[in-house]
Amino acid sequence: MNSGSTYITGSCIIRQNRVYLNGSLLWEADSALELPEFLRAGYDRFSGQYPKFHKMDALSKLGWLAAEVLLKDTDIHLLSPEQTGMVLSNRSSSLDTDLRYYATVKDFASPALFVYTLPNIVMGEISIRHGFKGENTFFVSDVFDTTLMSTYPAQLLAETPLQACICGWVEVMEQQYEAVLFLVENKQRNNAIPLTEAALSSLYQQKNS
Amino acid sequence: MADLKAQIIEQLNLQEVAPDSIGNDQPLFTKEGLGLDSIDALELIVLLQQHYNIRIANPEEGPKIFHSVRTMAVYITENQTVKA
Repeated sequence: MNSGSTYITGSCIIRQNRVYLNGSLLWEADSALELPEFLRAGYDRFSGQYPKFHKMDALSKLGWLAAEVLLKDTDIHLLSPEQTGMVLSNRSSSLDTDLRYYATVKDFASPALFVYTLPNIVMGEISIRHGFKGENTFFVSDVFDTTLMSTYPAQLLAETPLQACICGWVEVMEQQYEAVLFLVENKQRNNAIPLTEAALSSLYQQKNS
Repeated sequence: MADLKAQIIEQLNLQEVAPDSIGNDQPLFTKEGLGLDSIDALELIVLLQQHYNIRIANPEEGPKIFHSVRTMAVYITENQTVKA
């Protein structure tokens, strides 16, 4: 269930070295590219001019890139900073980076890696990039929880100052990765669909082959 | 100082910065300079330990040591015990 007035107004899916925006294939990189090279190529294609990207861990780079694509043609930046929030989730938390950091401890513990040993840092990076100051929460679950993602963001939009919420799934573990982000809003725009569990499930399964 | 600039770029993952674009006296931690942050400062401390076997005994010296590539180079020259 949801409030009945919350809509999915955009989606970005990044998996298998492909980037989809609102269901359409936007870019397909060489399938032989490993994750770091793919993320760098995606940054060069969709952004650039943001040197801090190179300091991020893979989880933050992936989420940041997905948000970059998701929001590029929206007017979300017209909202005040407190009106955009985030609810993200994944399976492996920050374990990929945790292990990389742990590997440095026996020699010289890396401060640059340490700061990414929490999964919610990806939301911080997205917030810094876009100036968002709304509420954000990160959940860890075994699979993409469409029930949670269809109800909690709707509740935030109904009961808090949020007017828009980026929600979804950002997962990285070694070379396995997947980002599925949705923009949900109270406004019904062109091609917007009501935020429901079934809609999220259908969109999540899209392009997954 | 060219080697030190290359080491800084590698240590701090400054992928869009060319060594030649860093001035010897350019401030490292101001927006007008290289714009480094507090995590970068920690990474520079690690760089001194890894590459030059130098541990900074007095943290209050940090701002002076890490003011620019030249001040770093001077500090390394004065304190290096084992060459990497």
